[in-house]
Amino acid sequence: MIRDAALVAAKDLRLELRARVGMGQVLPFAVLVLLLFAFALDPDRGVLERATPGLFWVGVLFSSVLVLQRSFGVEAEDGILDALRLSGMAPAAIFLGKVAALVVQLAVLEVVLGVGVVVFYDAQPAHAPLLLSVAATATLSIAAAGSVYGALSARLRSRDTLLPMLLLPLLAPVLISATRGFEVGLEGHAGGGWSWVALLGVFATLYLALGAFLFRPLLEDA
Amino acid sequence: MIRTRPNPPKNFPSTGSTYRRRCLVPDVGATVPLGRSAGRVDGPDRPPALAPIVRLRSAVALLGRFPALAGVDLDVGRGEILLLRGPNGAGKTTLLRVCAGLVPVTSGTATVLGEDLVRDRTAVRRRVGLLGHATHLYQDLTVAENVSFWARASGSTVEEGRAALERLGVARRLWDLPVHALSAGQRRRTSFAAMVCRRPELWLLDEPHAGLDREGRDIVDGLMVEAASVGATVVFASHELDRATGVAHRSVTVEGGVVQGGLLAGDAVPAGRGS
Amino acid sequence: MSTPPNRSGHAPPVASGPESTSSTGTRVLGAAALVGLALSVVYGLFVSPPDAQLGETIRMIYTHVPTVSVAYVAFVVTAVSSAMYLWKRTEFWDLLGASSAEIGVVFFVLTILNGALWGKTTWGVFWRWEPRLTTSAVLLLMYIGYLAVRAVPADTRVRATRCAIVGLVAVVNIPIVHKAVDWWRGLHQGRTVLGTIDPEMGGNQLVAMYLSLATGLVVFVWMLLHRFRVAYLVERAADAGLEEALAERRAERGTPSVEVAP
Repeated sequence: MIRDAALVAAKDLRLELRARVGMGQVLPFAVLVLLLFAFALDPDRGVLERATPGLFWVGVLFSSVLVLQRSFGVEAEDGILDALRLSGMAPAAIFLGKVAALVVQLAVLEVVLGVGVVVFYDAQPAHAPLLLSVAATATLSIAAAGSVYGALSARLRSRDTLLPMLLLPLLAPVLISATRGFEVGLEGHAGGGWSWVALLGVFATLYLALGAFLFRPLLEDA
Repeated sequence: MIRTRPNPPKNFPSTGSTYRRRCLVPDVGATVPLGRSAGRVDGPDRPPALAPIVRLRSAVALLGRFPALAGVDLDVGRGEILLLRGPNGAGKTTLLRVCAGLVPVTSGTATVLGEDLVRDRTAVRRRVGLLGHATHLYQDLTVAENVSFWARASGSTVEEGRAALERLGVARRLWDLPVHALSAGQRRRTSFAAMVCRRPELWLLDEPHAGLDREGRDIVDGLMVEAASVGATVVFASHELDRATGVAHRSVTVEGGVVQGGLLAGDAVPAGRGS
Repeated sequence: MSTPPNRSGHAPPVASGPESTSSTGTRVLGAAALVGLALSVVYGLFVSPPDAQLGETIRMIYTHVPTVSVAYVAFVVTAVSSAMYLWKRTEFWDLLGASSAEIGVVFFVLTILNGALWGKTTWGVFWRWEPRLTTSAVLLLMYIGYLAVRAVPADTRVRATRCAIVGLVAVVNIPIVHKAVDWWRGLHQGRTVLGTIDPEMGGNQLVAMYLSLATGLVVFVWMLLHRFRVAYLVERAADAGLEEALAERRAERGTPSVEVAP
């Protein structure tokens, strides 16, 4: 099972390297989002600095939707879903493999956005462990919940509009928690940041378990 | 050399006639071949203990609300090469997919490789190989990467995948090309190789000759015969009747979601093979 | 109502069955709901006294509590139906979940409208980012997503599986959304009466509250029964052509493409 998950994850990453959609399109899009926020929220008024955590995570969320659409769009073509069903791999293994590959891709995205935020918005990370924990749990949450809805909408022709519509409300608590956690991590406020990490951890665990459990009907019928 | 799971080849009486007579089908349940006693499904030479590899009785399969299969009766014996003929839209593709466990059977019975498809159709999937119309390949990955992924996903090894590619005549210089850069025929051969290296017990091929040149078609014919000779069973749909009847042990006609001549009978005339 | 012709160009047979979705049960419930509504109006608007702190605006609680309670009950029904569908795979659970989700969305919209009106009269603004309203907005969007998935044309089984998955995934998120929003906004707000049953309400106020709550639940069940039956009839009408379709399919044999013209 782990072997199968690793196989799927490796295949996804290799696909990404080969097609360069992530690096070629999504990363520039993410940086573009940062720029758009700067245009919209006048940099001279100090809004950007205060809003940095939120803008970072909104940028991550929008870019994640693109990454997810690509990741599952590929599986929906050329009868690959049929081939996956015939392969005999456990659906939960396929799910975990896809989540693992997504985590890697999202991590790269977040590093780039983090650099962008430090450069453009003059952010100063204070508590690195807290920031990393928040980012890790939030990334896992996005990948897990996103994989469920990504697989669900894979075969729909209206996939491009339906996936954000489904996923973004679901990820609202992730956005709230990650942003608050980052606020603490960037400003160095008193405690409380770790409770957000705990909530994110609960979210991630819940959706990893739910996704692994639901992937069999997803693979069969959706 | 194509290896299948070790099964001793059975002595199978050839029943390769092409049934052209219409069977009377008053309703879904009662398929009575003309001239045969009702309900008799095994040829007289076959020991009763040997169950057919594929056994469908009054199988109905719906695609949405459309009955693609409207009451199919079919037996396929081990080591048999069965040809499905019929017009477009007759249900050949759906029949193959039902046998692969991909399409649910809504009524009737369906047993493939001993697994009851009505109860759990996922169990049989590992043991069959399906060559469909879609390529089942990732367009952006290379030939070698695709075959090695699908081989390992099915429990085979990368070496077997490579051997299959060679057997299918996919030139080595193509192995590092992404699939989208290949011609349609080369893609077909790659898909075939990905199926072959799984060593399935039941081969389900949807128009295997389509898109291949003469050399490719010869390879495919050779593979089918080889597979049957080591105990695998081959069911394929084809419009290439000249070539197909030369390879097939038996052929049935699929029309209107029903199979004619699907049941095995003892006194059928063997088809000319290679003649 | 015209039915589209099927493949052969003939109209499919009309499904026979119940002429309407009413029954003794729904009539009884409907009558009870009407009585309840009348009583609630009387109690809510006239009999119960204005609140010491909130004045007349307390009366908005009498509509808010039922709508939000019904919405949550509806989503719980959807969640349970989703889980049961994935387990049993029977049409009943699929139709029940979908009907309940529709009604839940309606009641959630009512809740938000109610909250906005309450906000306008109390705070002077239509919207405030306080925990209850914010949570309601997020949940509403999640369940609108459920309806969007339901609206995608697909095979019955595929559609039912997709909706069941959305239903389960959405319901699991509810407590997390609550927690996150409470922690976030709860720091900035005092305790708000909106969405909580104020223990200081007494006498006729409590009576009005519970009366309207009970009425709301009766209305919910009534609507659910009707909506479920409508959905059931839609499925039966779509199935009605199956026997004929089977016969037609088999009759495709003997079409000209088989005979070879000499």
